[in-house]
Amino acid sequence: MERTGGAVARRSAVDLSDAGPAVEVAALTKRYGDLAAVDGIDFTVGQGEVFAFLGPNGAGKSTTIKMLCTLARPTSGRATVAGFDVATQAKSVRRHIGLVFQEQTLDDQLTAEENLRFHAVLYGVPHAEVESRIARVLDLVALADRRKDLVSTYSGGMARRLEIARGMLHTPKILFLDEPTVGLDPQTRALIWDDIQRLRKEEGVTIFLTTHYMDEAEYAERIAIIDHGAIIALDTPDVLKASVGSDTVAIETADDAAALDALRAAGYRVERGEQGLTAFVADEEAAVGPIVAAAGVPVRTVRAHRPTLDDVFLHFTGREIREQHGEAVPMMARARGARRN
Amino acid sequence: MTTLSTTGSTGPAAAVPAGVPAGTSETVVSDEIRVVGMVWEREIIRYVRTRTRIISGLVQPVLFLFVLGYGMSGLVGTTGGFNFRQFVYPGVVAMSVVMTAMFSALSIVWDREFGFLREMLVAPISRVSLVLGKTAGGASVAAVQGTIMLVLAPLVGIHLTPVLVVQMILLELLMAVAMTTFGVFVASRIQKMESFQVVMQMLLMPMLFLSGALFPLNGLPGWLTVITRLNPLTYAVAPFRQVVFAAQDMSPAARARFPTNVTLFGYTLSMGMELAIVVVFAVVFFVLAFRGLSKTE
Repeated sequence: MERTGGAVARRSAVDLSDAGPAVEVAALTKRYGDLAAVDGIDFTVGQGEVFAFLGPNGAGKSTTIKMLCTLARPTSGRATVAGFDVATQAKSVRRHIGLVFQEQTLDDQLTAEENLRFHAVLYGVPHAEVESRIARVLDLVALADRRKDLVSTYSGGMARRLEIARGMLHTPKILFLDEPTVGLDPQTRALIWDDIQRLRKEEGVTIFLTTHYMDEAEYAERIAIIDHGAIIALDTPDVLKASVGSDTVAIETADDAAALDALRAAGYRVERGEQGLTAFVADEEAAVGPIVAAAGVPVRTVRAHRPTLDDVFLHFTGREIREQHGEAVPMMARARGARRN
Repeated sequence: MTTLSTTGSTGPAAAVPAGVPAGTSETVVSDEIRVVGMVWEREIIRYVRTRTRIISGLVQPVLFLFVLGYGMSGLVGTTGGFNFRQFVYPGVVAMSVVMTAMFSALSIVWDREFGFLREMLVAPISRVSLVLGKTAGGASVAAVQGTIMLVLAPLVGIHLTPVLVVQMILLELLMAVAMTTFGVFVASRIQKMESFQVVMQMLLMPMLFLSGALFPLNGLPGWLTVITRLNPLTYAVAPFRQVVFAAQDMSPAARARFPTNVTLFGYTLSMGMELAIVVVFAVVFFVLAFRGLSKTE
């Protein structure tokens, strides 16, 4: 996908350029008593990147984001955000980041505009620029026509989009989004993702988000999978998916033995299972037609599969993320049984 | 409002220095003053927008003034043409100021519940500015509420002079500042909404009853006297009654019947000393409020 290609290119560009990374984390640890909520993690986020932290609740996502936003002090390790140390330069960090929390933090007895003006003053936006910035961010999230309305009249999705607009008001270098779409319907989630992509493109802001929605993580250019306070995988969505295996096309035919020979002769890597044949291919979508044609016998069923982030999470943790509650449930049996049959 | 930055700004290039900003915690005073103004403005907007709050803030004092006022008048009687309603009036004005100030300050509990407190606490600003803005806002609305109460004066036979009105407004402001800082301190310790009612019932009501707002503090049993003297409100309520009574045409018998002074260890405090005590309480509560809010998040 274009998205991912861009990410790789951008990353190497960042590595070569003088501009420092947006976020740099080394051996970052947070302990609560005996429990290590975050256990010595390392990663770097390039400028302009969309970076996702994926993991079940309690994995350490929120603790990490809190440390990066200077809301929690690291027990040990080091983190810089926008070039500032989170432990010693908290105020400068906060000035250069935008924050959208999981829970709503608007005053619903004020209008959208009043909420934004309040924020502009809190973050020291120069007086002469306040009006133009408010108009700009409201345009970015398509709420300009609701500017004078009380926030109490907003839907949940609108309120969340207003918060994203507010997070962008003081032109932060990095926008942190903690579970930005949790509790919203799919249509609203899609709208919010449109907003986020627009911010990235038009304002060039780096985006750091946490999520336990697999499909959402796919919007990111790179994903860090975190579990029990440790990063267990970090790469682009496509690379992560490739690491759990290639695309497959499974077919059932009138004569599996004949089809197996025909497909192998045509150069496909094919294996025979209990329920027909499985071909391992680079791109399942493109391969379906040629495989059916090359089988040479009538094909009864076709199932094409590309590994998803669900597979990735399962592969690395042996557990599945459950969408609604974000709890990881033990899925060891399924992990062993279903993989690479 | 709070137009502090110059409009002839040289543009964004001047606002953000080129290269990496070296200063880490540079606190710009004009920025902090803007914050104080903004927090204050929010309190005013919210006060004006919730008319029910203005009305309900008037109901209770009016109840005390007229219902309790008439009810007690029969018992207390009239001395030299002066009755219980006239006695209780300054206390009731003080009460409306106290309740409005406390309510305004305790809205921090709401802000915590609905998340807005977080928006304020994570901002790169000083907590002092937050407490100052909140205090200024609470004091403003409380003084407005107290001033509305002044229109009731003629109805209970209290004679208002221009000087008295000015004195009352100044006393209202001082009392409101002290009570708002106290309220912010209390609110910083309240984590849950449910605790709010408890605080109002268990803290505010006893403080009001034991402040001399509704009855004279002289001649009480020893233990009650001690409690009233520990109550900061006592020293804020007394000056109200002193300035109001000073402006009334009262017979010596009435003045003896309805005393206004507070005694401490046998000394009769002057109004200056009472006000000084209120100022000390205000400063102490301000520091406690600041520390309370600093511990959060």
